[in-house]
Amino acid sequence: MNKGLILRDLCILRDELPLIEVDYDIKPGEVLTVMGPSGVGKSTLLAFITGTLPSVFRGMGTVILNGEDITMRPPHKRRIGILFQDDLLFPHMSVGANLAFGIPAGGSMSSRGGTIDAALVDVGLGGYSDRDPATLSGGQKARVALVRMLLSDPNALLLDEAFSRLDAELRAQVRDLVFRVAKERELPVLMVTHDAEDAKAAGGKIIELESLSKG
Amino acid sequence: MLRLLPALTLLVMLGPVIAGLWGTVLPAFGHLPAAGLSGPTLDPFRMLFDWQGLGAASRLSLITGLIATLLSLIIVAFITAGWSGTRSFRVLERLLSPLLSVPHAAAAFGLAFLIMPSGWIARLISPTLTRWDRPPDVLILQDPLGLAMIAGLVIKEVPFLLLMTIAAMGQAQPRRSLRVAQALGYGRLSGWLKTVFPRVYSQIRLPIYVVLAYSMSVVDVAVILGPSTPPTLSVQIVKWMSDPDLSMRLTGAAAALWQLALVVCALGLWWLGERLVGRWGRHWIASGRRGQFDAPICIVSLGLGALSAGAVLFGIFGLIVWSFAGFWSFPNVWPDTFTLRSWDRHGPNALATLGETFLVAGIVVGLALALVLGCLEAEHRSGRSLSRRGLWLMYLPLLVPQTAFLPGLQTLLLNVGADIGRLPVIFAHLVFVLPYVFLSLGDPWRSWDVRLATVANALGASPNRIFWQVRLPMLTRPILTSVAVGIAVSVGQYLATLLIGGGRVSTLTTEAMALASGGDRRAIGVYGLMQTFAALVPFTLALLIPTLLWRNRRGLHE
Repeated sequence: MNKGLILRDLCILRDELPLIEVDYDIKPGEVLTVMGPSGVGKSTLLAFITGTLPSVFRGMGTVILNGEDITMRPPHKRRIGILFQDDLLFPHMSVGANLAFGIPAGGSMSSRGGTIDAALVDVGLGGYSDRDPATLSGGQKARVALVRMLLSDPNALLLDEAFSRLDAELRAQVRDLVFRVAKERELPVLMVTHDAEDAKAAGGKIIELESLSKG
Repeated sequence: MLRLLPALTLLVMLGPVIAGLWGTVLPAFGHLPAAGLSGPTLDPFRMLFDWQGLGAASRLSLITGLIATLLSLIIVAFITAGWSGTRSFRVLERLLSPLLSVPHAAAAFGLAFLIMPSGWIARLISPTLTRWDRPPDVLILQDPLGLAMIAGLVIKEVPFLLLMTIAAMGQAQPRRSLRVAQALGYGRLSGWLKTVFPRVYSQIRLPIYVVLAYSMSVVDVAVILGPSTPPTLSVQIVKWMSDPDLSMRLTGAAAALWQLALVVCALGLWWLGERLVGRWGRHWIASGRRGQFDAPICIVSLGLGALSAGAVLFGIFGLIVWSFAGFWSFPNVWPDTFTLRSWDRHGPNALATLGETFLVAGIVVGLALALVLGCLEAEHRSGRSLSRRGLWLMYLPLLVPQTAFLPGLQTLLLNVGADIGRLPVIFAHLVFVLPYVFLSLGDPWRSWDVRLATVANALGASPNRIFWQVRLPMLTRPILTSVAVGIAVSVGQYLATLLIGGGRVSTLTTEAMALASGGDRRAIGVYGLMQTFAALVPFTLALLIPTLLWRNRRGLHE
């Protein structure tokens, strides 16, 4: 089986004008960085891969994940995790409930609870299960969001300016954590950023997007 | 299923309006099988134009509607221009928002208790200022010019328009524009009117049209505060429609069409006025004048706003006092004795009526909420949002005067021999409740961060699971607020309950209105209070429940 995330002849159009074109194979554990000025449509590329492209755009091409064509699959069956610049933790759920939301159904309540507690300990947040997400610091929220995504057992990882809201020191920490975990789990990673530091830390191939449709 | 909901919602909302208009057109041209009459003939219109009072009634409808709307708009525009962003404005906003839910009839009764010759104002200034030792014989209530009625409409429409304006300002970024204008040497008021108002106005246009159409065709406020010889056209229509002589319905139907024409004319006039004011405004902006009377206008407008809020608040207080009043001689400011007798006598029946009122409101709002949530979710999933034309359709049931289609709906039900009772009343209420629930829930629903849905999707959650477990709970507060708005609208319905219920469904509003002609102020106090209570309690709960439910979730209270 071909492990990895293959973006084959992707092209996203707006008003029948091409906005972005990408053609690349991301191998397990590899980070592909997409850079470019804001407004060039970097996030639109991710929306196409997650299956949530707004109706004003039109996407062409094929997305293949671990050998399966997922281009037409509904968003919730693609098993592609995504992190945004905001943590987007569900504000009405406790930290633990946020994580439980992401764990695939099945297993006893106590084993699910055990998974959650262990995962929190792994990122230095042991005992935080009952906390209100709004009471956490920025770095803690980012870690919870990462853990939530990982517990859903994704096959690929998308990062949409995921570190841009964190201050410099925290940013390096969280970034290293994300890349380390992705490598351990052999996840293909697609990162969208406008920050050269992020790109350097990723250590993979960098694609510079330019606006195809000027004006 | 979900994809059919928008169409179903439109049908539920517009179906009765169209059917009702059809049911008005038929008898207006002499066709009324229930009375053994068949047309077409122009006799009903001949009868209508033979009626002596038509000119006065039409003039009254037109003028009270236009003046009430204009006055409300001017007060709201000047208050917002002069005070938005200040502490006084926030106080006024907080005072006015609960007033929005006070039913029109209760507010009108309250105002009547204040301004009538034996009312509180006369008592306060007597006999020291006036030397009155008995209520003066002046026609303050039900004055022939309709001034009391205009006041009754303005005190209810000011909170409505103000809240609509505040909602519209969210998108217009008024603070920045105002700062720029002030830096260029404009005063607060003229700076705001020149830079922010044009954008805000285009957002609140439809609500203003609703206010105009409503003010021209309102029945309950007109019965309480409006003149009676002749009454406004809408009151006369209701009289004709409830006449035991069925042939009077023909005249009533003709008058209903006449009323529709009047409202269309008034909307046209208003539209013309918009063009004229717009042209003059562009000239005013180009002139570069910095505004000279800013300060006095600001103070006067805030005074008028406070007066309008005060009239409702003291009016309700008046209802309370009257409901507990024993003997109360003029010109004493307080009753000579306080007693529970009015509550003993009317309380049990009022409580039973409260049950019926809530039963109807509960079913109506439940249906409305299900339809609206379904429409909004369908909109989210298809990625197509409500178009401008769609928005007009939402407002349509509120723009067609009630008196034009409700009598027709009643006649139609009569003709097909449908059982008149609770069920038709529920569907009639739904016509008015649906738009308000949709309009109050639409904006908060759409401003929800859809990236939360993307994240939930990425975590493997299906669209249904996201709807039930993420979006609904996160939007508890706006959903409960829209429920409260819906209940207040249903509780306040007079004509829909009276005509469609055929006298067999009585809510607090119809009971209170039935007391209007009798003039038993203590009974009116009891029913008016219960009516206010029925509309206010849901609002209080809508504030309280999310606070308690999410007391440990700070992220939901920002």
